[in-house]
Amino acid sequence: MQRYTKTAMLLHWLVALLIIGGFALGVTMVDIPGLTPTKLRYFSWHKWIGITVFGLACIRALWRLSHPAPPYPASMHGWQHAAASTVHGLLYFLIFVIPISGYFYSLAAGVPVVYLGVLPMPVLIDPNPEWKPILKQVHYWLNVTLLAGFCLHVAGALKHQFIDRDGVLQRMLPGRNHL
Amino acid sequence: MNNHLLSASIVTTKPVRTVLIGLAALALVLPGIADAVLKTDPAASSVSATFKQLNVPVEAKFRKFTAQIDYDAGKAAAAKAVVEIDVSSFDLGDPDYNKEVLKKEWFNAAQFPKAIFVSTAIVPMPGPAGRMTVSGKLTIKGKTTDVSFPLTLKQDAGRQVFDGALPIKRLIYGIGEGEWKDTSVVADEVIIRFHVVAS
Repeated sequence: MQRYTKTAMLLHWLVALLIIGGFALGVTMVDIPGLTPTKLRYFSWHKWIGITVFGLACIRALWRLSHPAPPYPASMHGWQHAAASTVHGLLYFLIFVIPISGYFYSLAAGVPVVYLGVLPMPVLIDPNPEWKPILKQVHYWLNVTLLAGFCLHVAGALKHQFIDRDGVLQRMLPGRNHL
Repeated sequence: MNNHLLSASIVTTKPVRTVLIGLAALALVLPGIADAVLKTDPAASSVSATFKQLNVPVEAKFRKFTAQIDYDAGKAAAAKAVVEIDVSSFDLGDPDYNKEVLKKEWFNAAQFPKAIFVSTAIVPMPGPAGRMTVSGKLTIKGKTTDVSFPLTLKQDAGRQVFDGALPIKRLIYGIGEGEWKDTSVVADEVIIRFHVVAS
């Protein structure tokens, strides 16, 4: 079986780790009551992760356009192709729009983002108390969707690995090309 | 003021009375020339604090304050300014955070509800008109220090617009105690900006 390119694998797993970290940080930081230095740090780190995911998502999309995904095994049904592609499409969409929604939420709240505490990112909108709660909800529900998409994605990978045993997961894992 | 002049004039002799009435009339016609405090427009004026948290500049406004400016271009040396800020009106754009900063570690608003600036000298700067150096006493959280900052004055549609930026170090006033002393989270330097529109 043909694998994804090493670059595609690296980008996939890097983004996966960052998303898991950013998600966990996001859930943790909003549960910290009041205002603490830790809370402020977590907010900043969360935003830096989001910007990084967005940047890597752009690189991934460009890479994917020039390097098509390896084909699915012949044993997969048409509906399975469709289901997998839908979830992949959804995840691709979310790794772009979730950072964007968070970015604009932060701007609407009057807190611009300074990437890694060094690089001021463009302030595209003025603080906006009306948009702030809307963007918060948008960011939240997109993340709920991400969690659902992530679960489907992982469940699919595990099913292929342990039930179908068709080597689909290996396409995204480094190793010898004997499959 | 004008009423005082007029009522005082009733018991004085006629020539003096005429002069006083004349002065009172002049004061009415040219309020800027009279030794009167300017009338500030609270809706057009603002006082804000800009600080950096993890290097992110954040501006928060004090929604309630009074600014008394006694300024006469002809008598700059006699000018005086008093700004009283209601610290509980500090608006970070989030109701929960607004509550947090009133606590003891920050403003301790229960004990020190007001931050006050009282000028001691307003000195015109050399060069183009409308630029001056304001010195005075700034009291925040019960701690008073001598400060000095540049102030500009512009005329806009017959009104006087004062703009000043006063850099302070928050830790001098004990703003942010305990774990908040960490300036890598919230920088020590804070810039207080005054924008006062008066007529």
